[in-house]
Amino acid sequence: MVSNQSGNLEQKTIPRKPVIIVGTGTCGLGAGARGVLASIEQEIGKLKLQVDVVQTGCIGMCVHEVLVDVVFPGRTRVTYGGVKPAMISQILEEHAGKGEAVKKYVLSQMPSEDKTVAPYEGIPFFDDLEMNRNQLKHILRNCGFINPDSIDEYIAREGYTALRKVLKTMSPTEVVNEISKSGLRGRGGGGFPTGEKWASCARYTADEKFILCNADEGDPGAFMDRSLLEGDPHAVLEGMIIAGYAIKATSGYIYARAEYPLAVRRLKHTIEEAKRKGFLGKNILDSGYSLDIYIKEGAGAFVCGESTALQYSIEGKRGMPRTRPPQSVEAGLWDKPTVLNNVETFANVPVIINKGAEWYAKIGTEKSKGTKIFSLTGKVKNPGLVEVPMGTTIRQIVFDMGGGIPKKKRFKAVQIGGPSGGCLPESLLDSPIDYESLVGAGAMMGSGSFVVVDDATCMVELARFFMNFCASESCGKCPPCRIGTTLMLDILTRITQGLGEEKDLEILEQMSDEIKTMSLCGLGQSAPNPVKSTLRYFKDEYLAHIRDKNCPTATCVALHKYEVTPEKCTKCMACVRNCPVKAISGSTKETAVIDKEKCIKCNLCYEKCNFMAIK
Amino acid sequence: MKTNETIDLSKVEKVLDKYKDARGALIPILQFVQVEYGYLPVYVIDHISERLNISASEIVGVSTFYAQFHLNPRGKHIVKVCCGTACHVKGAKKIAEKLGETLEVSVGMTTKDKLFTLEEVACLGACSLAPVMMVDEDVHGKLAPDTVGAVINEIKGQGNT
Repeated sequence: MVSNQSGNLEQKTIPRKPVIIVGTGTCGLGAGARGVLASIEQEIGKLKLQVDVVQTGCIGMCVHEVLVDVVFPGRTRVTYGGVKPAMISQILEEHAGKGEAVKKYVLSQMPSEDKTVAPYEGIPFFDDLEMNRNQLKHILRNCGFINPDSIDEYIAREGYTALRKVLKTMSPTEVVNEISKSGLRGRGGGGFPTGEKWASCARYTADEKFILCNADEGDPGAFMDRSLLEGDPHAVLEGMIIAGYAIKATSGYIYARAEYPLAVRRLKHTIEEAKRKGFLGKNILDSGYSLDIYIKEGAGAFVCGESTALQYSIEGKRGMPRTRPPQSVEAGLWDKPTVLNNVETFANVPVIINKGAEWYAKIGTEKSKGTKIFSLTGKVKNPGLVEVPMGTTIRQIVFDMGGGIPKKKRFKAVQIGGPSGGCLPESLLDSPIDYESLVGAGAMMGSGSFVVVDDATCMVELARFFMNFCASESCGKCPPCRIGTTLMLDILTRITQGLGEEKDLEILEQMSDEIKTMSLCGLGQSAPNPVKSTLRYFKDEYLAHIRDKNCPTATCVALHKYEVTPEKCTKCMACVRNCPVKAISGSTKETAVIDKEKCIKCNLCYEKCNFMAIK
Repeated sequence: MKTNETIDLSKVEKVLDKYKDARGALIPILQFVQVEYGYLPVYVIDHISERLNISASEIVGVSTFYAQFHLNPRGKHIVKVCCGTACHVKGAKKIAEKLGETLEVSVGMTTKDKLFTLEEVACLGACSLAPVMMVDEDVHGKLAPDTVGAVINEIKGQGNT
């Protein structure tokens, strides 16, 4: 009964029979959506229900996956969170069968514009949920609402109207001007003005020109682009076609990450559907403009997110960046004029065209316009996708939308921008998020990964983690990056092992500056950022490792002293029971004590202690 | 080599035909071979080299640059432990260690029965379910050291039925 075509999610029109909607993005599937779907099919057969079952993408509330929505004719759409196969029979029987929501599993309901659609009493609306209250969903508007495999559902929600408007009423130059006027800046990292990039490419004439989409989302901790490609692929494609028209591209490539098989499958289907409807291919919508778009699957190299490396990879070569100039807009892919934008940037384009540059430029701050999607993860109560206007403060994202830090721990820092970004401490919680403020604070927008760390996370170890990442992903072409990251990693590793010296910190500072100024591409230039920002805000943690041979968070195993902190010990005896050499004494009445003579430093007690009482 | 004569190159031929006129075809062709054979056998590289008129050393250069390509055979199932930031903060290291214990291999190695290869991956983009791992194309989320064994056993079970 699972159909990929039917299903009427528009709350403006009322479905004739109940619709069950299951979130099957990677998050949903990872949380067990497949089992839930199977169980739904089974129960439908058992109960002999007449319902449609539809799949959708990520709605951003990843923490509550698996998400199942039920629309009963004449009632609002209700979302169930944390759905397990065992809950299905009750939900189907009572809600899909009789129209009564099973309140104990309910998360929220969607508001409806239609007055004949009756809301349920006592169920909060989606927008009133803590994590959605201050969000502004323009780019994610369709994610989790439409069936991403259905072009008709995209069209029903203003899909391809922007493309139609552009092709029928605007010249390529007018499109470029509109995007320039909106103030849109690249969402992939550097924040280069999109309109300016398009304009410089439009100046060149050539027999071939290319429009490229960077879907090689490699930042660890980032999944905005994956969610967009899985949840609303047509919006990305539409933006890309408009960009193609603006720079007069002859063909386009989407460079997609190999680790995102579902996104690649959806994209292939999306391109076929768009071609079938005449939005892509020869003579698009009778405008005389033709464009073909192909998918290139990446083969697993982080550096291929860099524009020239990405182009070499499409050409079938090793993805190593080259010196610039010439810039890609002049001589990019196969030495032809090329524009490369990232997934989220393209997804902004239809919104700007539909609503106008002036409307768009009103959102955000003076120099950073529009909204930005962040993938909020790490130690927060509500991890997920958030879309907020530029200028929103870090505090709002962490505490309002993210719900704060779980398990009564304290906020320590937020890591923004992945391996190219930095760690920002509590004192900067109220600083706004825009391109300039982040760079000033020692981080960068990056693609938008937003990892919250609590007081149990060692910042030296975190810096070491990122340096390890950069050292292994360095392509090896230029020595400052290849050798520099490895040397910095060595020093950081030594510090986490208790073998650091005080002069190491000076050397780290100096090497950071050298690698930053001398590296060929963005990977090397930004690789020292996590070290620089942790040195700037968390220097005392480095010093504790070096001077006192102590890891304040007891994360670095080599520095463990295997002592019990009496104030933290709850006398639960978990350590006593698990010690393989019976080196720990204690009881439910007495604090545990570790006999250092007997201890073999196996670390088991540390792992078993739930209260961080062992250092 | 004698053993190679028995190997069927017709599938490679087909994909070479498909990309006959395409530019930048080397990586898609290698990706096909990787999926089809589980690795890039030397004789297939030689064959592609002849047909595309690209030197074998360049092909090996490309294949060693990207994490996706392997020059040695791998297991039937590929277990990729995510070690991205969110997973790292939430204890990916312990997941990797436990998997190594369960499968009796270290990261990068293949089990004796050729069933599993254990690998690390930079980020799977399923950070809200951290820590996660990917077995073939399926993402398994919210793992704990004592639950990974069950996932592996489930896959072993599927293989037998």
